[in-house]
Amino acid sequence: MLRSAFILFIRLLTGASALWQGCDPRERKLRIYFANHGSHLDFVTLWAALPKELREHTRGVAARDYWGRNAFLRWVSLNLFNALLISREGITREDNPITQMAEAMNAGQSLILFPEGTRSRDGSIGSFKPGLYHLAARVPTAELVPVYLQNLNRILPKGHLLPIPLISTVVFGKPIRIEEGEHKKAFMERAQAAVLALCPSSQQTTSAPSPTEKTSIEVY
Amino acid sequence: MSPFAPEVANLLLIILIVLVAASLIGWMLARRTTSESGKATVKNLNERVKSWWIMTGVFVVALALGKIGSVMIFTFMSFLALREYITITPTRLADHRTLFAMFFVVLPYQYWLVYTSWYGMFAIMVPVYAFILIPVLSVIRGDPKEFLERSARNQWGLLVCVYFISHIPMLLNLPISQLKHGNAGLIMFLVVVSQGSDVLQYCWGKLIGKHPIAPTVSPKKTIEGFVGGVLSASLLGALMHGLTPFGPLCAGLIAFVITLMGFFGGLVMSAIKRDRGIKDWGAMIEGHGGMLDRIDSLCFSAPIYFHIIRYYFSAP
Repeated sequence: MLRSAFILFIRLLTGASALWQGCDPRERKLRIYFANHGSHLDFVTLWAALPKELREHTRGVAARDYWGRNAFLRWVSLNLFNALLISREGITREDNPITQMAEAMNAGQSLILFPEGTRSRDGSIGSFKPGLYHLAARVPTAELVPVYLQNLNRILPKGHLLPIPLISTVVFGKPIRIEEGEHKKAFMERAQAAVLALCPSSQQTTSAPSPTEKTSIEVY
Repeated sequence: MSPFAPEVANLLLIILIVLVAASLIGWMLARRTTSESGKATVKNLNERVKSWWIMTGVFVVALALGKIGSVMIFTFMSFLALREYITITPTRLADHRTLFAMFFVVLPYQYWLVYTSWYGMFAIMVPVYAFILIPVLSVIRGDPKEFLERSARNQWGLLVCVYFISHIPMLLNLPISQLKHGNAGLIMFLVVVSQGSDVLQYCWGKLIGKHPIAPTVSPKKTIEGFVGGVLSASLLGALMHGLTPFGPLCAGLIAFVITLMGFFGGLVMSAIKRDRGIKDWGAMIEGHGGMLDRIDSLCFSAPIYFHIIRYYFSAP
């Protein structure tokens, strides 16, 4: 109940519309959604953009060092979002994030990942960490869906607590897969390009603010 | 017991009849059109009519709630318009707190001034105080990159989306002795003439439009659509003089001014869209685009209309 109210609130705040350009929102498939990261709103907006049937079986992957650091954040991440908390540092055999994620997926849960590992400061897409590659190799049946989140970094940027009510877009793209014999680095670059390609303004002749343009205003 | 003056109630009845007729025509056309392009046009037409039903309903309910309802609905409309405007406009991280102040301090305060009827502050708060506040809040963050352009863009957005639109509910505060039942009729006159002019320009354009009037800015507008729309909307205004303290000729002239300013307002906003490479400000209203697409003609005509009435027809 609280969750539905929260999702409605997020939808109103971010005005997010979902564009499905390459996979079907009605299909219940095991998926790894990977997206650009620039705001605390990223996970919850992507999650709220999913149809209810998919959302119930989809969990976000969040950093334990941030979201587990006090009781309130732990409650929010676990109870409100049903997140999967993983370590970013000090990885041991017992505490291996890839293992944890693979186990969750084998239990039928789709995951939402942010391969940059942290929120970008200026809206550009940083290099992707290799976790996605390792996880995809461990769960070969999963569909890897690139997602582009537009304007969320303007609504609630890193370092700010007050949101401004702009209109955001969530673009779900065509799934990719690891090619035969493809190396980790090549795959991660391809994954990053797949997310960037979904940016709506790169599909028009001239554009609204975008992370691809080099003019001074646009990168934010 | 109707909350509306009899003239207003009559107009609402006529609007209801027009909407029903439009729905019927749309339904019949949908059944009889077979060509691909024809079907697309009819689909758009029916989407537009459906949106008109919703917009009219919301508007009537708001007006029926008196001043508080009218102020709230225009506050909400300004909010949605400003939201679409800023989404499309390039901003920098240093503008974040400025934008927050625009949405959550300036906008509500402007409409508070309307509600409390403090005309002196209402008239200057945005063009003086808010215009000073915007560059000051941004400059504190220490980012001089494209500073003038950013400040100007934000100020302009506040002017068009908030300041101009707030003149509409402000009409309710003008003391006009001839209007015994309150000023809601003045708002109806403005909105019906302005929106009617949009619809009529569209219809005339579809029927007899041939020569583009501003091809580099707005390719769909035609001279025939413009002339037909403006003249028929002025006639519409003359017919609605009962809502206002003016006689029919005066009402027709004022309606002419409203439609002319509405045309230019639409053209200006189209120029901005064209420059940004977008077709619509948003996708909120099916068949029409965003909120700003619907009220762009009201933005420029509202303050002119307000001041014409204030100067010539209201007793200070």
